[in-house]
Formats: sequence, structure tokens, C-alpha cells
Amino acid sequence: MKLIRLKYTKWFNISRDGISKNNPILIGVLGICSALAITNRVDNAIAMGIGVTFVIIASSLVVSLIRDFIPSRVRMVTYMVIISTFVISVQMFMEGFFPQIAEELGAYVGLIITNCIVMGRAEAFASKNPIKYTFVDGLANGLGYLFVLVSIAVVREALAFGTILDMRVMPNGWVNWTVMAIAPGGFFILGLYIWFMRELSKNYEVQS
Amino acid sequence: MLELLEIFFGSILDHNIALAYILGMCPLIAISTSLRNAKGMGLAVIFVVTITAMINYPIYLLLQQTETTQLHLLVFIITIAATVQFLEMFLEKFIPKMYNAFGIFLPLITVNCVVLGVSLFFVNRQYTFLETTAFSFGSAVGWFLAIVLLAAVREKMAKNSDIPKGLAGKGIAFIILGILSLAFVGFTGLASI
Repeated sequence: MKLIRLKYTKWFNISRDGISKNNPILIGVLGICSALAITNRVDNAIAMGIGVTFVIIASSLVVSLIRDFIPSRVRMVTYMVIISTFVISVQMFMEGFFPQIAEELGAYVGLIITNCIVMGRAEAFASKNPIKYTFVDGLANGLGYLFVLVSIAVVREALAFGTILDMRVMPNGWVNWTVMAIAPGGFFILGLYIWFMRELSKNYEVQS
Repeated sequence: MLELLEIFFGSILDHNIALAYILGMCPLIAISTSLRNAKGMGLAVIFVVTITAMINYPIYLLLQQTETTQLHLLVFIITIAATVQFLEMFLEKFIPKMYNAFGIFLPLITVNCVVLGVSLFFVNRQYTFLETTAFSFGSAVGWFLAIVLLAAVREKMAKNSDIPKGLAGKGIAFIILGILSLAFVGFTGLASI
């Protein structure tokens, strides 16, 4: 009985929207630059996903907290400054504690600033909603992003290097698919993934 | 001089910013449904990317001298937002023809990763001013090339082909991009940048 009631709460709806129904990458097709550029290794994908999740939650919380004080004409610049503050802290954290991953991600950590998901959540959700819902929304979108990134990376790393998180998964004599390690592999996998998810959920794009 | 040419052509073909580094995907996918809009956005990007990179370079030198380089992200993004705003006002006042051609694309550029990406790459690669100019102009032309190619294919495809329902729209755009990108892999080794 309790489960049924849970289904209709706002909390549940917000999390479902972020993780599956309106998944930022697969349905919204936002923030794809990082989703494709760094997903040839699973550990990079996990680091990126956690970084983005943190930035979405933190920046949405701050935007939601001061939403009544931001004049609407300068709101974009204000969001930018808030977001880049958190991105700089993520960058410093990675350089300090995980220097190897920071080196592999390179400029893409800094590019979280222009990740449309972060800006999109600040503009579409955080600027209109109270803090408690904003937190759930940020977490749900971040997890949806992380999930997609890791699942793309698992396929790409397995095909490109025969490993997952540096553990051998493919049989001996497996010929590495070089194309999966570079850009075209990312495009193909994401295209097929979008197709698969849309067929599965029968959620087709409306043609105008 | 030869080195600058190498960087310029290398960043258009070999190290294409859209198809090899996968930057600026959101506008690339969103605006490439019509060739006309794609051209407008591409030209606006060429214009803004070159100018912002040239402005960001001296600012980065200033940050280096005051030893505050860890703030470069914050400073770059503010410079870019300010430049775009300024350009918009300048064009509206003095070159209204160009302003009308760019239309709504100018304000959208602030959130285009290409602009910030180019500025971050010249920091990582430690370019000189001239190299930065060649690289930023080349990258922007490369992005223009990618969006125009994609838009042309999508426009034809929307009329003539029978795409599966789930793949229609953005899904098929990724498959096209994959094939385009595969073609550009053929340029590998043309120039080192």
C-alpha cells in the first residue's frame, strides 16, 4: 500500500523524470560533448559522472537559495559564475587527489561549465522550486547522466581494449576495435543507445 | 609562417574540433535541421571564437603574471559572456545587416563549448599569440564545415529516406556524425598541432 502511495508523490516523480523518463542525455540530448569525448575508459566516465553530479547539485542548491534575489536580466551571468566556482573546486580536487585521471580528462573538466545539463537544471528547475525538491532533481539528473556515461563506457572499453576497469573480459585472441577508442565509436554507440531506449519506452520524437 | 599554416589546416581537417574532439555538440545537433540556420550559426561561431580567443590570450598572460592561473576558467567564461554581449550591441548599432543575419544565434553562443574549449586548449598547448589566432580561426572553420555537412545530409534525409521511428530526429544525427567523423579520421597525420 505504501509503495503505491509513493508512486504519486512529487519526490518520486522528480527522481523518475531525471533518471529515466526525461533522461538528460538519451531523451533531452544535452551535455553530449563530455558524454562522448571521455567515455572510452570506464574509470574516466565514473570520475566525470561524479564531478558533474556534484556540480549540478551544488549549483542548483545555490541558485534555488538565492532565486528571489537574482534580477532576471543578469541571471545567466550569475548562473555562470556560480557554476564555474564549483567547477574550479572539482578541478582542483581532481588534480590534488587523482592526478592521473585529471590528466586524461584534460580540458574536459573545465568544460563542465558549458555542459548544458547544469545550466538547464538551474534555469528550468532550480530558479522556480524550493531547495528540497531542487536537491532531488539535481541528484536524479546527475545519476541519470552518470548511468548513461558508464554504460556507454563499458561497451566502448570492452570493444576497444578488451577490458573493463583494466580487468580482462574478452577472450584471448580478441582483436581490438580501434574505432571504438576514437570519436566515431562514441557517435555510433550513443546513436544506437538512443534508438534502443526510445524503442523500449515507445517514446518517439515528434517530428515538426 | 609555414607552422601557422600547418596549425590552421590541421585544426580544420586532422584535429577537427567537432568531429575529433567532440565539442559544441548541443548546438550542432539542435540547429542542423536546416541548412540555412546551420550556415548562420556556423558564421557566428567563426566570428566569436576567433575574437574571444584573441581577447583571452592577453588576459591569460596577465593572470600568469599575477600568479592566479587557477582562476582562468572563471575569468574566461566572464570574458566570453561580456564579449558576446558587447558584439551584439555593437553589431546592432553599426552593422545591422550582419546583426539580422546572425539573429538569435549570437546569445546562444555563450553556452557553446567550442568557444571555451578553444581558450582552454591554447592554455594546455602553450601557444604563442599568432598560433592561438591560427588555431582558433581554423577550429571555428572546422566547426562550420561539420555543421554545414551534417545539415545538408539531414535535410536531404528528412525528405527522401525511411528512417525507423525510434531513430528519427536526433538518433540518426549521431549515426551521420559517426560516419562523417570516420571520414575525417582519414586525414590523420596530415599536420601536427
